[in-house]
Amino acid sequence: MSLTHLTIAESVKKLESGEISSAELTEAHVRAIEGARALNAFIVETPELAMDQARAVDARHGKGERGVLEGVPLAIKDLFCTKGVQTTAGSKILEGFVPPYESTVTANLWRDGAVMLGKANLDEFAMGSSNITSAYGPVESPWRRQGDNRPLVPGGSSGGSAAAVAARLAPGATGTDTGGSIRQPAAFCGIVGIKPTYGRCSRWGTIAFASSLDQAGAFARTVEDTAIMLGSMAGYDPQDSTSIDLPVPDYRAALGRSVKGLRIGIPKEYRVDGMSGEIDKLWRDGEAWFRDAGAEIVEISLPHTRYALATYYIVAPAECSSNLARYDGVRYGLRVPGKDLTEQYEATRAQGFGAEVKRRILIGTYVLSAGYFDAYYIKAQKVRALIARDFSNAFKSCDLILTPTAPSAAFALGEKTDDPIAMYLNDVFTVPASLAGLPGISVPAGLDSSGLPLGLQLIGRPFDEETVFAGAAALEKAAVFTAVPQIMAV
Amino acid sequence: MSGIIEGSTGTWEMVIGLEVHAQVTANSKLFSGAPITFGGEPNTQVNLVDAAMPGMLPVLNDYCVEQAIKTGLGLGAEINRLSVFERKNYFYPDLPQGYQISQYAHPIVGKGEIEIDLPDGTVKAIGVTRLHLEQDAGKSLHDQHASKTFVDLNRSGQALMEIVSEPDMRSADEAAAYVRKLRTILRYLGTCDGNMDEGSMRCDVNLSMRRPGEPFGTRCEIKNVNSVRYIQAAIEYEARRQVDVLEEGGKIAQETRQWDTRQHVTRSMRSKEEAFDYRYFPDPDLLPLELDEAMIERVRHSLPELPDAKKKRFISVYGLSPYDAGVLVAEQTRAEFYERVLAGKRDPKVAANWLITELLGGLNKGGHDIDASPISADNLGELIDLLADNTISGRIAKDVFAEMFATGKGAAAIVEEKGLRQVTDTGAIDVVIDAVIAKNQDKLAEYRAGKDKLFGFFVGQVMKESGGKANPAMVNQALKAKLAG
Repeated sequence: MSLTHLTIAESVKKLESGEISSAELTEAHVRAIEGARALNAFIVETPELAMDQARAVDARHGKGERGVLEGVPLAIKDLFCTKGVQTTAGSKILEGFVPPYESTVTANLWRDGAVMLGKANLDEFAMGSSNITSAYGPVESPWRRQGDNRPLVPGGSSGGSAAAVAARLAPGATGTDTGGSIRQPAAFCGIVGIKPTYGRCSRWGTIAFASSLDQAGAFARTVEDTAIMLGSMAGYDPQDSTSIDLPVPDYRAALGRSVKGLRIGIPKEYRVDGMSGEIDKLWRDGEAWFRDAGAEIVEISLPHTRYALATYYIVAPAECSSNLARYDGVRYGLRVPGKDLTEQYEATRAQGFGAEVKRRILIGTYVLSAGYFDAYYIKAQKVRALIARDFSNAFKSCDLILTPTAPSAAFALGEKTDDPIAMYLNDVFTVPASLAGLPGISVPAGLDSSGLPLGLQLIGRPFDEETVFAGAAALEKAAVFTAVPQIMAV
Repeated sequence: MSGIIEGSTGTWEMVIGLEVHAQVTANSKLFSGAPITFGGEPNTQVNLVDAAMPGMLPVLNDYCVEQAIKTGLGLGAEINRLSVFERKNYFYPDLPQGYQISQYAHPIVGKGEIEIDLPDGTVKAIGVTRLHLEQDAGKSLHDQHASKTFVDLNRSGQALMEIVSEPDMRSADEAAAYVRKLRTILRYLGTCDGNMDEGSMRCDVNLSMRRPGEPFGTRCEIKNVNSVRYIQAAIEYEARRQVDVLEEGGKIAQETRQWDTRQHVTRSMRSKEEAFDYRYFPDPDLLPLELDEAMIERVRHSLPELPDAKKKRFISVYGLSPYDAGVLVAEQTRAEFYERVLAGKRDPKVAANWLITELLGGLNKGGHDIDASPISADNLGELIDLLADNTISGRIAKDVFAEMFATGKGAAAIVEEKGLRQVTDTGAIDVVIDAVIAKNQDKLAEYRAGKDKLFGFFVGQVMKESGGKANPAMVNQALKAKLAG
C-alpha cells in the first residue's frame, strides 16, 4: 500500500515496529504535496523542516518513550502560529509574518512526535465557508462531480487542511472551527472532522477570529485518527483563561464503546426548507444505522435554531471587529504608509484585508456601536443563551444529536460567491453547536447523485467527546464510506 | 481659595468630580507576566501579550485584583463579587491591541467615601462612585524625531485603578485635599506609590458651574492634570472661563479639554460630537471575575491602620491636637517615625513638637520629608531623653538638634563631645551666682528696692557665665533666695 494512503493509526504501528521510517513516510507526503500544487492546499510548504523533524524522530527510534504521533507528518492550518515559519491567517496583512512563538496546540503535537509538512490554506482569518476568501488564492477540492471537471470548493474555512487530507497529501491536519469551519469542509471533502468542546484545546497562539467561538480540532480520514490527534492537541493551558482544567480522556479507548442503548436525538427544527432529498435520505440512513446498532432514536426540539445564523452573524463579527484591530501596520505585518496616522491605518487595512473580512469588521463595528449595541449585540447574547439552553434541555432526553453536516454537497468555485447570505447558509447545521460551545464531529456517510461526499454530524454534551467519538465510530462502521476523490496522491 | 465666584451677574459655585488613574503597585502587568520597573529602557518590559502579537491572550494577574480589593476596602467601598472585563475599542499606536481591557458596566469596586479635612477644621465626606481595573497604554514619544513618532510599550498593559469620585467637591482646595487624601490612603495600603511626577497617579477633572442651590450645569472634562498644583490651577482657570462664557449669555459645550502646563490655560481637545464611540463589550478572552468571600476576608485582615483611624488614635491615646495628629498621619512614614521616637515611653506631645516643628520644619526647607531625615528616630528619642532627665536644657537641646541635623551624629555623643551636660550641682551654681551678684552690686540694690524685672537680668548673667549649661530651674530657685538676701 502507498505510504500516503496509510491512516495515522497504521502509520504509528508501522513506524513503531520499524517497518517504515518517518523519513520515508514524510518524504512520500512531501512529494505528494509537490505533485498536487494545483489544489493550492498549502500557503507554505516546509519540506526541509519536515525532513529534519522526521530524521530526528528516526534517530531516536527505540530510545525512550514514543509520542502518540511519533513520526507522523501533518498539515497545519495557517491560523496556528508556528515558530520560525510564516503564519498568515490567509491574509495579506500578515504576509511575511514569522512568529517567534509556537501555538499551544501545535506545540502539543510536536511534543508527541508529529512532523510538520506545511501551513494549510484557509479562508482569510477563517472567515468563509468555501476557502475562496484566502489572499493566497482559493483551494480546490480534490473531488469532482461525475462527468464535470469544474473545480469545486473544499468548504471552509479550513479548506486547505480538508483538501490535503482528502487528497492524501497528509494523513491528518489541524483545523479551527468557529461556526463550522472543520465540520463543513470535512463533509465536503469526504473525511472526518472533529470540533471539540469550547475550552478543550488552548487558543493560545492561534490567530483569533471570534474568541468566544474559536476552537481547534482535527481532520483525518478515520474517526480513530481524529481521536488520536485530538488526544494530543487537547489539554488545559493556563495561558488561555477560557481553557478548561479537566483531564483529557483516552479518546481512542472510547471508540470501542457500544452505542447500544444510546439515545440519538433528531432535532425536528433541522428539517429546513429547501433541504435536498438526498440530504434527507442520508439523515434517515443515519437514524437507521443507529437503530440497527441498538441505539434509540428520539425526536428532540431545538426551538431557537432558526435564530442561530442571525445570532452567529452578530456575535462573530462583533468579536472579529475588535480582534482584528491589532492589524494596524504599526508593529508587524503589512504597513502602507500615509501622510498621517489615520491615512496609514486606512491604507494598511484597506489593502491588507479582503472583502469578506472588511464586510465582517463593518458588521461587527456596527452592532457594537452606541445606539445599536442593545438591539444587536445584547439581544444576540440573550438568544445565544437560549440556544445553549435548548441543547441542555435536549440532552435531558438524548445522549447525542444527529444532523446533516451541511445542507448540500460541495459547490463549484464561483457558485454562490456573489451572495454572502447564501454562503452563510452553509453553516446552518453547524453554527448552533458552535454558539453552545458543544463538541461536534462530521463523518462521511454517503455520496450525492453527482458522486460528491456528504457528511453526518453528531453533537455531544459539553466535554463528552468520548460519546461523540463512540457514536462517530458506529456511524463510520455502518456507512462504509470507501469513495475516494478524483485527484489523489498515489 | 473659595469655590464661589462672584460674577457680574451674581454668584457662581464650582461643582467638581475627579477621575484618578492610579498605577497598581505590582511586580508584573495586569494581563501579562512582563516585569515592571520605572524608567526601564524603552520596550524592554514588553512581552508578546503587551505587544498584541497574533494569537496572544490575556491572563489576569491575581495580585492586581487583590490590590484593587485592598484599595476598595481602604475606601470603605463595596467589593463587587462579580465584575466583568470589557474591551474599550479605539485605534492608537501606543494601544497595541486596538482596545484597552477595562471594566465598564460591572466594576470590581462600588460606592465608597473619602473624608477630607477642610481648613476650618471641619471634615467633609467625598463620595467615591466606583473603582475599576484597566490596562494602561504605552507611551507615544513625539519629540524623538523630526517626522516620526516613537512608541514605548513598557507601560502597555500595566494595571491601573480608575477611581471615580462623585461631583461632591466645591472648590479647588477641596479637590486638592481629595487628591492628597486619596494618595495618602493608597500609600498606606501599598497599592499605588502615588508619585504624580512619575505618572503613577494621574487625574482628570470634571468641572461645571452653577448658581448655588440650582441643578448641575454642563461640565467639561480636563484630561491628564498631573500635579496637585496644576489641578488647583486648572480648576481656577476653567471655572473662570466657564463663568465668563455663562455671563456673556453663552452655553458651556460638553467637551474634553487639555491643560496647557506652559500657558496655564485649558484648551478644547474634542467636542461631544467628536467623542469616540468605544464600542465596549465583554472581553471574550476573559471570564467574568468572581471573588470568593475567603479571599476578600484575607485581604481585609491584611489592611494596615489607615490615616483616619490613626489620626483618631493619636488624638485620643497621645493627646495630640487634631492639627498635629493630621500632620503626622499625612504620610505613613511620618507616623511610623513618630511612634518609633515614642518607643512606648517618651512624652507624646514633646516628641510631636520636636518632630513637627524642628525636624519636619527643617526638612521642609530643603523640600524633603521624613524619608530624608539625617536624624534617626532613636537619636531624636535620645535627645528627648537627655532633655527629660535634665542632662541638657531646652536651649542646649536646640543646639544639639542643629548639630544632629547637620552631622547625623547621636545626641549623647554631641553632648559629651562638646561638654554640654547641664550643671545641676547646687554648689557649682551657687559659686556662679555669688560671682554674678558680686559683680553687680548696683543692680542688686535696685532689685532689692523693688525693681523685680531685674531678676531676668541676673538669670541671664548666670546662664551666660555657666556657658548655658546651668539648670535653669535650679538657677531660678537659688537666685531667688540669694537676691532676697
